[in-house]
Amino acid sequence: MATQDRINTGGSSTEVEEETPEPAPAAPAAQDSTQTQGVDDLLDEIDGVLESNAEEFVRGFVQKGGQ
Amino acid sequence: MGTETEYGIIAPALPSANPTLLSSQVVNAYAATLREGLGNLAGTRWDYTDETPLTDARGFRMDRASAHPSQLTDEPPELTAEQIALERGEAAEAAVLMNLVLNNGARLYVDHAHPEYSSPEVTNPLDAVLWDRAGDHVAVAAMERIGTTPGFSPVILYKNNTDNKSVSYGSHENYLVPRSVPFSKLAETLIPFFVSRQVICGAGRVGKGPLNQEPGFQISQRADFFENEIGLETTVRRPIINTRDEPHAVAEKYRRLHVIIGDANLNEVSNYLKLGTTSLVLALVEQGLAPAPTLEDPVQALRTISHDPTLKAAVRLADGRSITGLELQELYCEAVLDAVPADADEQTRDVVDRWRTLLETLRREPMEAARQVDWIAKLKVLEAYRARDGLSWTNPRLALVDLQYADLRPEKGIYQRLARRGDVELLVHPEDVARAAVQPPRDTRAYFRGRCISEYPAEVVGASWDSLIFELAGERRLQRVQTREPLRGTAMLTEELFDVAADAEDFLARLLSDPDRRVAP
Repeated sequence: MATQDRINTGGSSTEVEEETPEPAPAAPAAQDSTQTQGVDDLLDEIDGVLESNAEEFVRGFVQKGGQ
Repeated sequence: MGTETEYGIIAPALPSANPTLLSSQVVNAYAATLREGLGNLAGTRWDYTDETPLTDARGFRMDRASAHPSQLTDEPPELTAEQIALERGEAAEAAVLMNLVLNNGARLYVDHAHPEYSSPEVTNPLDAVLWDRAGDHVAVAAMERIGTTPGFSPVILYKNNTDNKSVSYGSHENYLVPRSVPFSKLAETLIPFFVSRQVICGAGRVGKGPLNQEPGFQISQRADFFENEIGLETTVRRPIINTRDEPHAVAEKYRRLHVIIGDANLNEVSNYLKLGTTSLVLALVEQGLAPAPTLEDPVQALRTISHDPTLKAAVRLADGRSITGLELQELYCEAVLDAVPADADEQTRDVVDRWRTLLETLRREPMEAARQVDWIAKLKVLEAYRARDGLSWTNPRLALVDLQYADLRPEKGIYQRLARRGDVELLVHPEDVARAAVQPPRDTRAYFRGRCISEYPAEVVGASWDSLIFELAGERRLQRVQTREPLRGTAMLTEELFDVAADAEDFLARLLSDPDRRVAP
């Protein structure tokens, strides 16, 4: 009942080499203080790229309907 | 299987720009990059012959006159000269491309008011993630091209599903299912699965209600825009189960399950699990092993689950019991675990392991899944802002973080920033994504489509999911090659033919004379 088997209902008679994603190495468990530091860094970084005048920018994002 | 992404689009300097026109700029800009870099003819006409958007899987056909105009996807879109002239002054182009078929087998086109990328057909969820990301790569290339073209105002593309005013647009999945599986069985199993699947792969949204009338955060971008359990529509009265019966393949053997309820994912693990778990549940249905809990009110349950990021909210089953979204997912996950054979392929085992582990994490502490789940990564950033700056949910900066999470510009997009910082788990390498933008998967008919377009750009004058149209020099008749079997036209069957054929004429002659190499069934 592999995802492959299901999709092979078309009668493809070959075995496909399966690839499994390799997980990226997990970040080492951090101390609370470094975590807070990390969050501060992240917010500083996002502050640096956020569009100026949030209210106006958000108001300007108007789309027409899609599917 | 495959994915379709409609991107949100704006040109900040042109607040009143026509979105259809902006979308066509995206298609044409990408065509220009192709003409330049890869020498490929840009602009293959889409072949609308086999499009049947009004055929309903429940065994009838909607009357054309009563369909919403946006449902008539079998008619080519047309930009009026007036629209072009309005935007471009006198120098209006005579021919604006509204559709491209790419070397990787994908379709890039203008769908209503959005640019849309439809991925090539793939056989497994990891490839689906890769060729979906290839679409984002294409979108970024188009944006960059427009940004460096004199006389054009920069556009920004967003991989999200709502403008948070009143409008939603989709990111769809398609799954090939044997026709022998009764549609009613698919529907009864999938409704509770789709209602609860958002807990593992929702993209997160600031604001509640279709008109964003209530402040707060919710799990899904799409939940508040669904009004029906089952139906044919995709743009109005949206149903949890879409019944469009347009197989783009041998209709007697296959149906194409068209899933419209998913959120667009940036996080690759969310996307992988969205596609992988759905495939596995479809396999359960095929084998008659699927659980089928019946929800009392699926549309209401979809919203109830979405509106509670603590994952504690319960919804009612028809038999009167209460169940949470997480418990519903556990029900399906356990059924899959029971059914997966010990010798299942590696990717299947990987999807199941990740699904089970993620559900355990969500039960323990949802915020610990920020590396794998879009809505949690987004919520974590939002909560950090709220804590640091004392913001209430109505503060526009939070709405901006929500929007900019999905901004595809590498330097501006918040998801992209998280990825670069190593704060999210990645499954595919950027160089593989770049390659997937120009090369088709090798194990489906997308290989045949992509190679034909790469090898014979001058002769392929039209294409669709199940056809290619050749026009040979000196021949008055067009030659239509059907590709109605999604698992033929693979590299294994056709690569050698491409390699030995001297030209398009020779290629077609060999293709049509050699029964073993026939792409068509």
